[in-house]
Amino acid sequence: MVKELLKGNIAIAEAAVRAGLQAYFGYPITPQTELLEYLSKRMPELGRTFVQAESELGAINMVYGAACTGVRVMSSSSSPGISLMMEGLSYIAGTELPVVLIDVMRGGPGLGNIAPSQQDYNQIVHGGGHGDYYPIVLAPANIQEAIDLTVLAFDLAEKYRSIVIVLLDGSLGQMMEPAELPPMQPLRESYPEWATRGAIGRERRIHTSIYLNPVEQEKTNLRILQRWQEVKKNEVRYKSYFLEDAEYVVIGFGTAGRVALSAVRAARAEGNKVGLLRPVTLAPFPAQQIEALAGSSKGILVVEMNSGQMLDDVMACVKGRTPVHFYGRPGGIVPLPDEVLVEIHRMTEKSGRLNGHPRDQWLERMVQHI
Amino acid sequence: MQTEIIISGFGGQGVLFAGQLLAYAAMEQSLQVTWIPSYGPEMRGGTANCTVIISDEEIGSPVVGSPKVVLALNLPSLDKYEPLVKAGGLLIVNASMVDRAPQRTDIQTVMIPASEIAESLGDKRMANMVMLGALLGNLPILPEEAIAKVLREHTTERMQKLLSANLEALKRGMNYLVEKVK
Amino acid sequence: MVTDTEITVYHRPATLTDLGTHYCPGCTHGIAHRLVAEVIDEMGLRETTIGVASVGCSVFAYNYFDFDFVQAPHGRAPAMATGIKRVLSDRIVFTYQGDGDLASIGMGEIVAAAGRGENITVIFINNANYGMTGGQMAPTTLPGMKTTSSPNGRDVESQGYPIRTAELLATQEGAGYIVRRSLHDPKNIRLAKKAIRLAFETQVRGLGFSLVELLSSCPTNWGMDPVDALRWIEQNMIPYFPINDFKVHPVIASLRI
Repeated sequence: MVKELLKGNIAIAEAAVRAGLQAYFGYPITPQTELLEYLSKRMPELGRTFVQAESELGAINMVYGAACTGVRVMSSSSSPGISLMMEGLSYIAGTELPVVLIDVMRGGPGLGNIAPSQQDYNQIVHGGGHGDYYPIVLAPANIQEAIDLTVLAFDLAEKYRSIVIVLLDGSLGQMMEPAELPPMQPLRESYPEWATRGAIGRERRIHTSIYLNPVEQEKTNLRILQRWQEVKKNEVRYKSYFLEDAEYVVIGFGTAGRVALSAVRAARAEGNKVGLLRPVTLAPFPAQQIEALAGSSKGILVVEMNSGQMLDDVMACVKGRTPVHFYGRPGGIVPLPDEVLVEIHRMTEKSGRLNGHPRDQWLERMVQHI
Repeated sequence: MQTEIIISGFGGQGVLFAGQLLAYAAMEQSLQVTWIPSYGPEMRGGTANCTVIISDEEIGSPVVGSPKVVLALNLPSLDKYEPLVKAGGLLIVNASMVDRAPQRTDIQTVMIPASEIAESLGDKRMANMVMLGALLGNLPILPEEAIAKVLREHTTERMQKLLSANLEALKRGMNYLVEKVK
Repeated sequence: MVTDTEITVYHRPATLTDLGTHYCPGCTHGIAHRLVAEVIDEMGLRETTIGVASVGCSVFAYNYFDFDFVQAPHGRAPAMATGIKRVLSDRIVFTYQGDGDLASIGMGEIVAAAGRGENITVIFINNANYGMTGGQMAPTTLPGMKTTSSPNGRDVESQGYPIRTAELLATQEGAGYIVRRSLHDPKNIRLAKKAIRLAFETQVRGLGFSLVELLSSCPTNWGMDPVDALRWIEQNMIPYFPINDFKVHPVIASLRI
């Protein structure tokens, strides 16, 4: 295969097609609309299902229905639309069905704006829908990763009968980079033993998320959790840069992670021993790796395009063993490498000392922006 | 080695396409490249810009605060980006669309009447190609032939009749040398 | 002439499981279930039908039918049915929804499905209140009717008017068959069964969205005995919700069953 110059939204759509996407249901919302537009042409061309739903509620429930039939299904949206899908996601999780969802995040809360942001971290990673469920969350930082993780999403969804969410910010959706698409996979011809496709020559099957007997519900919750333990054991993914001899560590995912890479390189050029950990799976979270870095480093800087959502997860891993610093740009602003470099300097010059919670400290420095 | 280029102008001046040509050409040369547009309300008639980063290693941030190169196709772009160009960098201005010269003395500046040159070749919408030519002429980050090749490949059927004029626009821009940056 | 051969004249439909339902005594859900099962049996659709249960008293409908079934979030059954039908266009997909589910929280989904001409069938139970949660006002609650959330009777000035769903959906170009029937007496039950049959025939022929609205009783929440409840349908509901064919595709109109 050869590299092509691909836009994030289009690359993800085509990657899904090649991964054997049988049915797509969606609703237009910036900055992911090209994904829907692309599939509105591509899916019918291949004789596959495309429906522009009446709302994100409609879309996620069409996904729910189609997932019951055992085919590969997907929807995509952006932050406010994802909020609307939370009900459906909880039901899908409760029914233990494999579903892939793409969230191209924008600024918020509320209607917010259409600029790139990472505001959905908590909603996606910690489950915005009700109940104990654990979606697998993949966070690409470039177009090749967006392609590879989209394909992986379908495999993981089926392997663990789980929701898999590919979480990226609007800039990745709009950006172009050279990348290689995978070969076209054939559509599946046999279906899982749980699929409801009509009880031809067999007993009926039922898909439901209602267990009125709490004992049965508890069993389901425990089963879902057990499956999640397997995911945590097998599926942690991350990328590390310059960590071998790093005295200080920057942690960021997606675009914030790659912006941090530029800053880390600049810091290295100055002679500072700084490394970068970029989580690729936000759930399961690379907790062990961060724990290890907490023990070996003089300070950790978390960089996000929100007000410090992943920060809480990092701090839970660090458990106070090394100072944690934070730098974020919420609301739809992409931090620039120079800004992150300033934060790296602050961390290394203070030898990691901190007075108070990193979010509070950061907010004090951000007052100039209010 | 990394070069950051911001191309900025009015919507309709073809700044996004010019950036994409750079990206395609860089890919042809087996370099790493990112192309990222400003998107949103700005797409609807206001200013449009894109950032192209070309590098020989994995690219970190796709956006930069101080680019090495800026192509300003109109006055708002000149006003916005002149202060941001990295010291020692290159600012190319479409002289046809501005009423002032750049003020910076620590960067290389090129004033080129791109719209007029394009108009003399038949269509002032080819100013983006003249500007791109001026970039390659003053800072040879990519060979001219690489751009010409991807221009041929990515010109839509509807625009094929303007292909040779576009190639000529590129050449005219390249030959509009003032002084190469060191 | 007397014969000692027994002839079965009434039996449980094959696609109705032998589980006793959880519905209240006198509730017409049981009748509606039976009619659907009889039609599925008669048309030989047991192996190709997938049902979509909704939220409300009929949330457990899937326990009573012997074919594949899924259970939808509140109001979203038409969307879920769309997902199934679009993947499996040769299967028969129907939703079974109450009035709170369909005409209140799910109004968006049902209108959109009808508008798309989604080739699914909807069995719509209208009993003028929210049964499962204990008898609150529904979009179908009659003017002046007392419920637990309209204790002084539905005041149309502040609580608005009941929505006539069948009439509303019949305005949609994508609809192939939209009728209202009632389950208050044997004659009307027979007519209801025929309508259900024609709704499924509409789907089998790919003629678009089909819906049968069934006026149903809720003796428990209405505070009546079953017979009075049936009489109440006839005297109070039918004047507001007339029994009628609101849209019938010509192919279905000419069908002789």
